[in-house]
Amino acid sequence: MIVLSDFLILGAVIFCMGVAGILFKRKNIINVLMAIELMLLAVNTNFVAFSHYRGDPAGQIFVFFILVVAAAEAAIGLAIVVLLFRNRQTIEVADWKELKG
Amino acid sequence: MVLLFSLLPYPLSEILKGLLMINFETILFYVFAALTVFAALRVITARNPVHAVLFLVLAFISSSGIWILLEAEFLAISLVLVYVGAVMVLFLFVVMMLDINMVRLREGLMRWLPFGAVLAGLMAFEMAWVLSSSRTFAGKAAIKHGANYSNTKELGRLIYTDYVFPFEIAAVILLVAMVAAIALTSRRRKDAKSQAIDEQISVKKADRVRLVKMPPEIHARVNADRTAEVAR
Repeated sequence: MIVLSDFLILGAVIFCMGVAGILFKRKNIINVLMAIELMLLAVNTNFVAFSHYRGDPAGQIFVFFILVVAAAEAAIGLAIVVLLFRNRQTIEVADWKELKG
Repeated sequence: MVLLFSLLPYPLSEILKGLLMINFETILFYVFAALTVFAALRVITARNPVHAVLFLVLAFISSSGIWILLEAEFLAISLVLVYVGAVMVLFLFVVMMLDINMVRLREGLMRWLPFGAVLAGLMAFEMAWVLSSSRTFAGKAAIKHGANYSNTKELGRLIYTDYVFPFEIAAVILLVAMVAAIALTSRRRKDAKSQAIDEQISVKKADRVRLVKMPPEIHARVNADRTAEVAR
């Protein structure tokens, strides 16, 4: 029998992979965006699991809104990446440090 | 079957009996979970960004299988349609459009690897430890719905009654994102002609008309010199 903690552990493992991806794929900012998508996926899995095991569909509504915001974030993030690449010809995170104090 | 097990050595037969006790849902969960974890691992280790995007697609599809196991059919389908169909294609499009210098990408990849791996491993271990030791999460049985329960109908009822204002805000967020993405990436064409209205109406008479005082005899003298040259 699969219990709630199985799904939560799966979500935790995927979330930690997203964190690791942000840390060691800093050469390519698109990979960083993909790692963020992985973390959002893990959180969504947690929401769906809680919603199922508590019998409350509100968690799935929340996942719906997270999907909307994540799609908007991906669109704007990729637009910014395209714009930066057009001006600087690089997608390395370390090359963009103008905003560093 | 029992006879077959009795022929096997003791621990192996116990393991096989245990495997047969597992129902189909459990097998599906472990298959999909293993696929998701494998795909996520490849997303963060693949060198080629195109491969990383494709493995991210695999991660989304296999976790939509897990969401179907959790009876969230509408979200599972919309994950595949919206996420894999739109967002991941957008990622793939951008990855292929940018002319990335692959040689530069490959150097110095391993610098952050030990730190990230240790941090993520520690986090995963802690979370798994807490989640598996706690009675709150482990012993809870799922609430199963009958065959005539419609997840889509239930979600639609909730979205259009209790959550109608957040739903409209979500629509506005998507509109703002669309406008922002277009406004950020639209390039001004060099050969496009347009009026600068504010400059046109703020122009003064002195900017355009210059009155020059000019003595008339200079013109006459030049003409005279030219006729003298011709005559010579």
